[in-house]
Amino acid sequence: MPGFDFSNYNRNAALCARGMSLPKATSTGTTIVGCIFDGGVVIAADTRATSGPIVADKNCEKLHYISPNIWCAGAGTAADTEFTTALISSQLELHSLSTGRKPRVVTCMTLLKQHLFRYQGHIGAYLVVAGVDPTGTHLFTVHAHGSTDKLPYVTMGSGSLAAMSVFETLWKPSMTRDEAVELCSQAIQSGIFNDLGSGSNVDVAIITADKTTLKRNYVKPNERVPKLRSYVFRRGTTAVLNEKIIRKEDLGNYVSVHELSTAAAEEGGDDKMEVDT
Amino acid sequence: MEFGTSGSLNEDGIHVDMDRLKKGEVNLGTSIMAITFKDGVILGADSRTTTGAYIANRVTDKLTRVHDTIWCCRSGSAADTQAVADIVQYQLGLFAMTNGKPPTTQTAASIFQEICYANKDRLSAGLIIAGWDERHGGQVYSIPLGGSLHKQSYAIGGSGSTYIYGFCDANWREGMEEGDAVNFVKEALKEAIKWDGSSGGVIRMVVLTAKGADRHLYLPDTDYAVRHN
Repeated sequence: MPGFDFSNYNRNAALCARGMSLPKATSTGTTIVGCIFDGGVVIAADTRATSGPIVADKNCEKLHYISPNIWCAGAGTAADTEFTTALISSQLELHSLSTGRKPRVVTCMTLLKQHLFRYQGHIGAYLVVAGVDPTGTHLFTVHAHGSTDKLPYVTMGSGSLAAMSVFETLWKPSMTRDEAVELCSQAIQSGIFNDLGSGSNVDVAIITADKTTLKRNYVKPNERVPKLRSYVFRRGTTAVLNEKIIRKEDLGNYVSVHELSTAAAEEGGDDKMEVDT
Repeated sequence: MEFGTSGSLNEDGIHVDMDRLKKGEVNLGTSIMAITFKDGVILGADSRTTTGAYIANRVTDKLTRVHDTIWCCRSGSAADTQAVADIVQYQLGLFAMTNGKPPTTQTAASIFQEICYANKDRLSAGLIIAGWDERHGGQVYSIPLGGSLHKQSYAIGGSGSTYIYGFCDANWREGMEEGDAVNFVKEALKEAIKWDGSSGGVIRMVVLTAKGADRHLYLPDTDYAVRHN
């Protein structure tokens, strides 16, 4: 029969209904935030990546480069945030080259939402898009299904509730750069300490018209301290029941060794890769 | 890819799931309305968007411009309605440039209907289109879930609208003055917000007349009494 074969889909749905779950993707059970201040925008993220209940990476990077003046914080499926941001970064670079203009944050947001909408939420990328362009400072959220919001302060990911509670109590209009960085850092730390999906360190990116500053591991509230005691076992902790020494020259009594002929060995190594010099 | 636990699995192994909203989708559990009055139309909406029980945005703008004096109220899936509105905004921009004159509200509503009907099994979008044009003055069109198009003197929509059918029917008057019309929309939305849990936040309004678009904002701290801009 012509057309696409959906039998594997039906098989997977049937297996799923009988209780066999699909393999899990690494998700960034995450806290990401963004906040506009006078003269720019700050975005921040935690650094924990999870695969179900396992911490897959204790210090991953969730702040993604789009262009020098636009950065993205990603939550959801790690691979999806990684590749969608890379894809849109590439498209925006080419667009910028062909128009001869600096890339705009709204352009980036529109490309992202149209890409994600086309995939009807199957691409699990939840993003905070921030940047400064010739039209001003911008901050957006983009959900996996393709909806967008424009707000002065935003949070996303599993730790978004914890982070939003910090913003809702401490945020005020027209903050300074340092106040915004501190507020975002506090919001992320609230996610790190109160949300199981978030943890480890705080990454911060500050974007202004002049330059972007990426502060990797801006705060490290979970540093591993050296062990207070040594847990190496003393020699003799396990009792020796018997002992037997086999000398090298007597090895032939226990195992048989067959030497391969040099010619056969040469023949095997004939298909060497040719390297241009 | 995820297989939901909802729906049923047939004997032939074909999974049937009739759920309308996809899991974790951003929803506009909404109160929206648009009315005609003496000089044009007024659109009104609450500002709540939800993902399940969480309010994803408490100051959302559900009143979207598709042309200078043609706007729409969005309800249903945020992603779907934004995508549809973006397409229509592009089409109307193109229309204005190629014809050298602005489109009519009827044209806009027709483009909306075309998209909503052609993709009816893929979209969850309840839209109200309202606009002012030189030929017909103020007009209100409603496009509910199936993709049908209804010209009305006023339209209400979203989950909160169920609570104000009686209010609107009892208080509606044809050809109101602007002040009375604004008050009608405000009082109706106040009632919808009061009774519907999925509606809330601020009340946003847009007044469309020969003079163009005029935005209103009313905050809950003053019981929506004072206009902020």
